[in-house]
Amino acid sequence: MSESLRYIQAVNAALTWALDSRTDTIYFGEDVALPGGPFGATKGLHKRFGSERIFDTPISETGFLGMALGAAMTGLRPIAEIMYADFSFVAMDQIVNQIATIHYSSAGRWKAPLVIRMQQGYSPGACAQHSHSPEAYFAHTAGLRVALPATPDDAYQMLRTAVVSDDPVVVAEARMLYPTRGQVRTDAPVEPVGGARVVRPGTDVTVVAWSRMVSAALDAAGTLAEEGIDVEVVDLRWLNPLDFDTVATSVSRTGRLVVAHEANLTGGFGAEIAARAAAECFTDLRAPIARVAAPDVPMPAAPALQAVVVPEAATVADAVRRTVRA
Amino acid sequence: MGQLDDYRLMARIRRFEERLTALKDAGEIPGSIHLCNGQEAIPVGACRALRDGDHVTATYRGHGWAIARGVDLTGLFAEMMGRDSALCGGRAASPYLSDPGRWFVGENSIVGAGVPIATGAALTAQRTGSGAVSVVSIGDGAMNQGNVHEALNLAAVLDLPLVLVVENNVYSEMSRISDMVRVRQLAERAAGYGLPGRVVDGNDPDAVAEAVTEAVDRAREGSGPSIVEAMTERLVGHYSGDAQHYRPAGEIAAARQREPLARIRQAADADLAARLDAIDAEVSAEIETAVTAARAVPHPDPATAEEHVYV
Repeated sequence: MSESLRYIQAVNAALTWALDSRTDTIYFGEDVALPGGPFGATKGLHKRFGSERIFDTPISETGFLGMALGAAMTGLRPIAEIMYADFSFVAMDQIVNQIATIHYSSAGRWKAPLVIRMQQGYSPGACAQHSHSPEAYFAHTAGLRVALPATPDDAYQMLRTAVVSDDPVVVAEARMLYPTRGQVRTDAPVEPVGGARVVRPGTDVTVVAWSRMVSAALDAAGTLAEEGIDVEVVDLRWLNPLDFDTVATSVSRTGRLVVAHEANLTGGFGAEIAARAAAECFTDLRAPIARVAAPDVPMPAAPALQAVVVPEAATVADAVRRTVRA
Repeated sequence: MGQLDDYRLMARIRRFEERLTALKDAGEIPGSIHLCNGQEAIPVGACRALRDGDHVTATYRGHGWAIARGVDLTGLFAEMMGRDSALCGGRAASPYLSDPGRWFVGENSIVGAGVPIATGAALTAQRTGSGAVSVVSIGDGAMNQGNVHEALNLAAVLDLPLVLVVENNVYSEMSRISDMVRVRQLAERAAGYGLPGRVVDGNDPDAVAEAVTEAVDRAREGSGPSIVEAMTERLVGHYSGDAQHYRPAGEIAAARQREPLARIRQAADADLAARLDAIDAEVSAEIETAVTAARAVPHPDPATAEEHVYV
């Protein structure tokens, strides 16, 4: 069975599934219960599941992420919502020093089966403190799984996977994708963690993207097809675990690689993909690896400035053209 | 539990740490360790109020809490020796060890970070109706950490069964706490969260037990968190290499007259003194047995260094 849902509705459906199917699942964060979340992700959940299962917290990310960890260690499966991914930075101790380390530091005797759900990326007029794409920080941290769903179906499937996982999972959605609509397989079995996907086969160049940049890459591929360039698009989906095999297999066919993300260039996860490709796909590469990213500036709020900072389909297309002509 | 039981448990903690210091000096323990010498009455008194299933979260100065909660001595020594202990397999050492089998959520190397985590254990107790409580200890310095403030407010508004024990040993690491706050007692801050706060003599296990029992009872019946500030003194430095130049002359000598084990000794008649001597001998033998057993624990297999990052 599949339903046509908007991305944000798919998130709501996945949370409903989680709260319905596991009584040890609880959900909390700022304005998630009675208000239903600032984007409507939790609309109706409080009415359906009550204050014991879904409740509002004070504005204190460190406090409630630590609470999520303690609850996960002692028998619950919490999903904690960070309203904007930017606010995760105030709770980095709990994420990096506490949540990510307890399983290792107890030699596996404690588990931290929790989900940190957040949305990230730019939106028109949003300032530098509401526009970060922090996925590389989390992917850099040993002990965290990192998921970035790019479609309504993945928003549903990957969030369910995260809830079922016994590891702590950061699920970072893209705010700009919330209104997008697509078919969601509501009766699909829960997928295992991980797995990249070739979302458009092609022969000339591989574009590896995730989150909002997947649709930008697909748009670029459409434009480039008219120019005679056949682009293969890989949606990485999970940064951890990293499915590099799918990337390497694609590059072995195309011989060219472009990595596209919305986060700043320097130290971004694109650098990781490029380094792995340089090490593992060296003999397959026919051109230098290109990276598409935001320049190293905090996000400006003005649309005229955002237009030159935020990578879009045209930015990807330019990088592909340079790579193919190299 | 009577006075002799308290004495035995406090002596076990003291002797454990003295032995630990000797092992460190002998090069058998790597890294720095943070001792609770002088503060033993607090975990011993507080743990009297607890039962199986109640979680305890401590600071990096938490050996006393681990021992008072019944964590295995051999495991503790082995973990601190970097061996493949049954506690944490040599991955945690002194400042971050834990033991789920004894509901010991563990120590924490980040000042105050255990309070939000303990709040989570209290949330589980509340939502599952287990009747358990979550006790968390912090030092006086941790009261100035934002995570403690966030967790206390959170626990207060959710009426969670949480008891915060502040071990006020006068020093916030190597600076006097009186230079770091503008309240006379840290428990005064409880009012800011709408919580009850009490100050007790932290060198008297009975006083600690009475105050923590009151807080635990209140938590168990669903009336929410409390703060207990236990006044004590550190007989040693902040960490194993701390020369304590910042402490006034005579301060530690004076503290030695007030520390919990000395107090029982000072008030003892000849008969009691003989019984205390016997306990000391038994504790020493118990500690030596644990050290010997810990030395027999192998070092972790280097091939396992990357295990347990993920489930």
